[in-house]
Amino acid sequence: MINSLFLINPSGEIFLEKHWKSVVSRSVCDYFLEAKEKALEPEDVPPVIHTPHHYLISIYRDKLFFLSVIQTEVPPLFVIEFLHRVAEMIQDYFGECSETVVKDHMVMVYELLEEMLDNGFPLATESNVLKEMIRPPTILRSVVNTLTGTSNVGDTLLTGQLSTIPWRRAGVRYTNNEAYFDVVEEIDAILDQSGTTVFAEIQGVVEACVKLSGMPDLTLSFMNPRLLDDVSFHPCVRYKLWESERVLSFIPPDGNFTLMTYHVNAQNLVAIPVYVKQSISFFECGSDGRLDVTVGPKQTMGKTVEGVMVTVHLPKTILSINLTATQGSYTYDNGTKVTTLWDIGKLNPQKLPNLRGSLSLQAGAPKPEENPSLNIDLKIQQLAISGLKVNRLDMFGEKYKPFKGVKYITKAGKFQVRT
Amino acid sequence: MLSMSTNNLSYNDQGGSDSAVEVGQETTPTSSNAGAGFGLFSTNFKKNDDLKEMLESNKDSLKLDAMKRIIALIAKGKNASELFPAVVKNVASKNIELKKLVYVYLVRYAEEQQDLALLSISTFQRALKDPNQLIRASALRVLSSIRVPIIVPIMMLAIKEAASDMSPYVRKTSAHAIQKLYSLDPDQKEHLIEVIDKLLKDKSTLVAGSVVMAFEEVCPDRIDLIHKNYRKLCNLLVDVEEWGQVVIITMLTRYARTQFTSPWKEDGLFDENSETAFYESDEKKTKNGDEKKSYMMDPDHRLLLRNTKPLLQSRNTAVVVSVAQLYWHLAPKHEVGVITKSLVRLLRSHREVQYVVLQNIATMSIQRKGMFEPYMKSFYVRSTDATHIKSLKLEILTSLANEANISTILREFQTYVKSQDKQFAAGTIQAIGRCATNISEVTDTCLQGLVLLLSNRDETVVAESVVVIKKLLQTQPTQHSDIIKHMAKLFDNIAVPMARASILWLMGEYCERVPQIAPDVLRKMAKSFTSEEDIVKLQTVNLAAKLYLTNSKQTKLLTQYILNLGKYDQNYDIRDRTRFIRQLIVPNEKSGALGKYARRILLAPKPAPVLESTYKDRDRYQLGTLSHTINTKASGYLELSDWPAVAPDQSVRNVEVIEPVKEWAPSLGKTGKSKLSKSSDDKFYSDSGEEKEKGSGSSSSDDSSSSSSSSSEESSSEAESDEEKSSSQSSEESDKSSSLSEKSSSESDSEQKKTTKKPPQKKTVKPTTKDSDSDENGNVAKETSSSSAEETSSGSESGSDADSHSGTDRKKKTKSKAKPKMEVKSTKEVSLLKEVSLLDLDDFTPTPVTRPKMSVLSPSLLGDLEGLSLSNISSTIQVSGPAFVPEKRHDLLHRMTGKGLSAQYQFPRQPCLYQPTMVSVQISLTNTTDHPLEQIHIGDRGPTGLDMHCFNTVECLLPEASVTVSLGVDFNDSTQAANFQLCTKEDQFSVSIQPAVGELFLPATMTEQDFRKEQGKLLGMNESSATITMAAENTTRQPISRQVATVANLGVVPSGQDNIHRFAGKTASSGAVVLVTVELRESSAALITINTEKSVMGPMLLRDLKRALARA
Repeated sequence: MINSLFLINPSGEIFLEKHWKSVVSRSVCDYFLEAKEKALEPEDVPPVIHTPHHYLISIYRDKLFFLSVIQTEVPPLFVIEFLHRVAEMIQDYFGECSETVVKDHMVMVYELLEEMLDNGFPLATESNVLKEMIRPPTILRSVVNTLTGTSNVGDTLLTGQLSTIPWRRAGVRYTNNEAYFDVVEEIDAILDQSGTTVFAEIQGVVEACVKLSGMPDLTLSFMNPRLLDDVSFHPCVRYKLWESERVLSFIPPDGNFTLMTYHVNAQNLVAIPVYVKQSISFFECGSDGRLDVTVGPKQTMGKTVEGVMVTVHLPKTILSINLTATQGSYTYDNGTKVTTLWDIGKLNPQKLPNLRGSLSLQAGAPKPEENPSLNIDLKIQQLAISGLKVNRLDMFGEKYKPFKGVKYITKAGKFQVRT
Repeated sequence: MLSMSTNNLSYNDQGGSDSAVEVGQETTPTSSNAGAGFGLFSTNFKKNDDLKEMLESNKDSLKLDAMKRIIALIAKGKNASELFPAVVKNVASKNIELKKLVYVYLVRYAEEQQDLALLSISTFQRALKDPNQLIRASALRVLSSIRVPIIVPIMMLAIKEAASDMSPYVRKTSAHAIQKLYSLDPDQKEHLIEVIDKLLKDKSTLVAGSVVMAFEEVCPDRIDLIHKNYRKLCNLLVDVEEWGQVVIITMLTRYARTQFTSPWKEDGLFDENSETAFYESDEKKTKNGDEKKSYMMDPDHRLLLRNTKPLLQSRNTAVVVSVAQLYWHLAPKHEVGVITKSLVRLLRSHREVQYVVLQNIATMSIQRKGMFEPYMKSFYVRSTDATHIKSLKLEILTSLANEANISTILREFQTYVKSQDKQFAAGTIQAIGRCATNISEVTDTCLQGLVLLLSNRDETVVAESVVVIKKLLQTQPTQHSDIIKHMAKLFDNIAVPMARASILWLMGEYCERVPQIAPDVLRKMAKSFTSEEDIVKLQTVNLAAKLYLTNSKQTKLLTQYILNLGKYDQNYDIRDRTRFIRQLIVPNEKSGALGKYARRILLAPKPAPVLESTYKDRDRYQLGTLSHTINTKASGYLELSDWPAVAPDQSVRNVEVIEPVKEWAPSLGKTGKSKLSKSSDDKFYSDSGEEKEKGSGSSSSDDSSSSSSSSSEESSSEAESDEEKSSSQSSEESDKSSSLSEKSSSESDSEQKKTTKKPPQKKTVKPTTKDSDSDENGNVAKETSSSSAEETSSGSESGSDADSHSGTDRKKKTKSKAKPKMEVKSTKEVSLLKEVSLLDLDDFTPTPVTRPKMSVLSPSLLGDLEGLSLSNISSTIQVSGPAFVPEKRHDLLHRMTGKGLSAQYQFPRQPCLYQPTMVSVQISLTNTTDHPLEQIHIGDRGPTGLDMHCFNTVECLLPEASVTVSLGVDFNDSTQAANFQLCTKEDQFSVSIQPAVGELFLPATMTEQDFRKEQGKLLGMNESSATITMAAENTTRQPISRQVATVANLGVVPSGQDNIHRFAGKTASSGAVVLVTVELRESSAALITINTEKSVMGPMLLRDLKRALARA
């Protein structure tokens, strides 16, 4: 299975290596670095590279490359999924996944990797189990450790891995028992120039934060489960009960986890919360163009649209821009990708935000063939755009009364306006 | 309250320690931050010495610091091997964290420092014996990770020991160790296979994934090891951890392709049945009226598909794709559709996941457009997609294009062509070209669109367009001379050399279609020849040559001019070409024979290029594999074999050998008895065949003793004596069945042998009149076996039987069962059938009882049998057959609430076949929908804890069909309802069976004296009585008996007095005696007295009786 793992930063420096079988020289990464050189963007590096003796499977995440070395046939998704788990685990332990964080906690990351795989085969990937073996660092604990000489390695015998519910650790105790569920829906859409919807769908996810003592057995039911077209679950969810009764019945892991993801039936027309009026044009003669973008609320179900952001990927030939925004501020980045980020904030229906101004192209550059596309970001609190509603949450197996909460958020996913 | 306060207290405590620590933090600056540690180190490389000192110090904290720095070095890829001696000394440290770090170090460097590594081995050997499973596991893990060949024997020993460890976690670790040892020393293969075989039998979900991984690595060709574990793996699959699931599913895909016949040839498969005719279950199916389906999927094949399907909902993308590929490679074509949605869902996942999934979809969509067409829009490209994602989506969109959606797709393509990503735009043009060739309706539109693109400003777009147009024109040159003309017109404006060259080539190739223009183009080229790019020059020479051959009159001079220019060109390629062409086309004495063929050489018809997907040939690799992704065979890739023409013997997957005789050996009521211990013992995997054996065994007369506890000795001694006599066949069988729980096996063995032994003895005495009875008995046996197999894996032999019966009603069943069996089975079996009825009649004189309803089982016979086996409870009371079987059916599940599935239950008043304490309930299931309902079974039983014996899963219930199944419920002598869930494949319905108190009895016969005697024991509290006014017609014996029998399952006790009627019975569960006396008084008054120690049941029964007798 997985032979080795290398963590590589965007500039090509290998800053961590871990081998689960015989050591593979890090020179194997040269093939990858070569491919990386060729690619314009880090995202364009092919995830699977075939070298004479090894296969390199890599992911790019949080500005880091996780590169694994494979020697024999293995489902590539198996490796990719695992690498993402590694990244999630680092995120989970240290709050973020970045080069500095990994470098700061080199030993702990190394120990975690040691626990996650045995001979290249995943051994413990559940956060609950790992945290029992190696405790995540806190400022408090690191101080205690230095004072008392104790360590982050769990000295109690872990039970999670041995129990039938490997995702939950035993002996959980809280003084305040609470369970929160966030229903987050994302609208994926492509709108064309005239504003008509080319493609739109709603993807949702139920994120849970469950801090309950003991072994609670929860049942979450929806008012309108028929909306859900396709679902995937955390392993804790009892699939059979979902099939028969459309309820989520599960013994939750401790802490934060993704309970389910879902796709809302495509037949239901998707409400697009905002409209975008745009005109971007380049003059045939002369080397400049004009940009004029207005954003307004459309179907918002009476809620305010917040956190609106418009990203414009401008052609590379743009030299400079001169824009004025009636609301919010814009930033202009002239790096590898020329982008303009317009941060609008809250959308005011009375006074629609507008961004307009001129663009100047490099002298002599031809008029860009295609107008840049706009990516929209937005957020609507207290609304699940599909209309999905949680009906109730019941708890069995424990005596106490937990505090329960549900929150709805709608966001823009891959929301693109073609111009 | 109390717990609250303690909680608070502890919370406060924590708070206290918090603040204390904060104070501490202020006073002591973080001294041993690991990061700072190696920061320091990297600046000063000499610090290695101090590491050594630190490791040799006495303080754990110093050692720990040192180890942390060392591990950080390793993590960075620096060499820390010289510290090996110092580190290895700490291997036995008491500090867990230190120890762990040392382990990590050891695993990394042991290979390089083999001699020193040996020092640590003894520590691990000790730890392998530790009482703590985690320590054992971790010791084995490290020991096996030390890649030192010398310790191979030690590792082997440790693995073998760990494989039979109590703890599943240790066994899992040993499965991992197998792979490590194998890679270290492949010579150990044979021994390792033994261990793998052993671990494959393990029932823990923890072990399953790891051992299959080991299997795949060490001996993937030993498919025979899987047979016996196949069903277990299928059933465990859902509970295995996600990584294990991937490995198991991949392995099972391969397995299934070698073991089952193809489900794909859906028509003309009738002959398939004749091939499999020797499998009983198959044959039965075909004879069973299921004829309209010619292909019958092996139940094991179905089991795999059924058990993997829920995993499509996994959060793990690897699991989803592995299930998808399993369906793709194994499922009947019409079922593959279920994977579509899940695969499309994965497109929301990370970029890398998208990449792999899209590749798989690309391969699938070539073969099965229909699968993904409804989701076409999910493959629309966004400007933010990575380049390789874009081209994959393009690929899929092209594959999905058909007459209906092509306009939508082309419109979408138009947007892409304008993309800033020129590589992508070029890809789009190629895609348009492919659509144009595939769908003839749009060829013209596409061509025109492409021609428009010729005026694009971007070189790559124009070049690509020209190239694609060239290809398109090649496929149908006749109609498109105007496009060639148009291109000639554009020629002046096109600057891209590749495009110019392509146009020139087109001119030359089709110069006969544009006889006016071509020479003109050549004229222009002659002018600008010197300033052209090389490829353009080459094509100009080509054009000139072709024109010279077709139209030498006009172009002779031009050609010579161009050839002259070429002769002195700077590029030697062009000089060479010119020289070659001149020799070829200009006739002179030196040119020789070749000149004659110039025309055929230059103007040979050229085959049109084929525009097809690059994913066309990828389907030779199993989907989801690395090989599929890189499109070359990766090392260690295991080929997916083709379906076998004839399925290998399917019985190899049976956990136990099933004798051919077993199935139809009829069984009677006592099956339940003999299974008393059994059914509770081995719920899982006890083989149904075995139980059937028992069913047949129990029909022998002496067998009833084996059930009663007192005579167990006798039966075992019998077993011994039988053993000597038994045929080789049965001894072989007993060997195999010994893998069952020991307790039951000895019992069943003896029974089996008896069965096989008996027939010859009794055969001759068979009275013909009992034929019908025997048939019925056979029928019951069937019922028993199929329902007793309920708890065994549903794929087992009897499960398949049950399948075949679904959708047929009871009558049909009886017929179809009896017939094919008789044909197939040996005469021995026939004799068995007869023998049973014989036996029974030998021992009993049937009591005459009324049989108002023909039930499946002759009640009298059964009752008699029951009576015998229960006789130890009370010497005077014998359980008899029911006096009356009420036909009343109760609704269990209404068809409205059951989404078309309706269920009714009734109490057949037969002693339960499964356990004597159970009350048997018959449920008839009817499908009122218009589609078949699958997998009807009993799900969650609810918390009431009533012991139930479920019926076997009904695999498929066709529309309008109904099936009757029987159930055993131990109501514990209370009228508490039995709640359970009736499940179909899609739904679950909570239902409950509410027994009337009268159904909880078994009728008993006894003499009047005995009755009085028993009654005398049950006075006082145990007696309840009431006086009622009887309905007028109820005053004679007959109606009273009937009324009482309707209410309660009681037997009639002969009575000397005309005005007193007595009825007796026992409760099913505890066997308590229930006595009912109805004493008629004058003027239609009557006194009902009930004596029973069940003081709750008494009054309830009284109430029911009162109501019944008073009713008109």
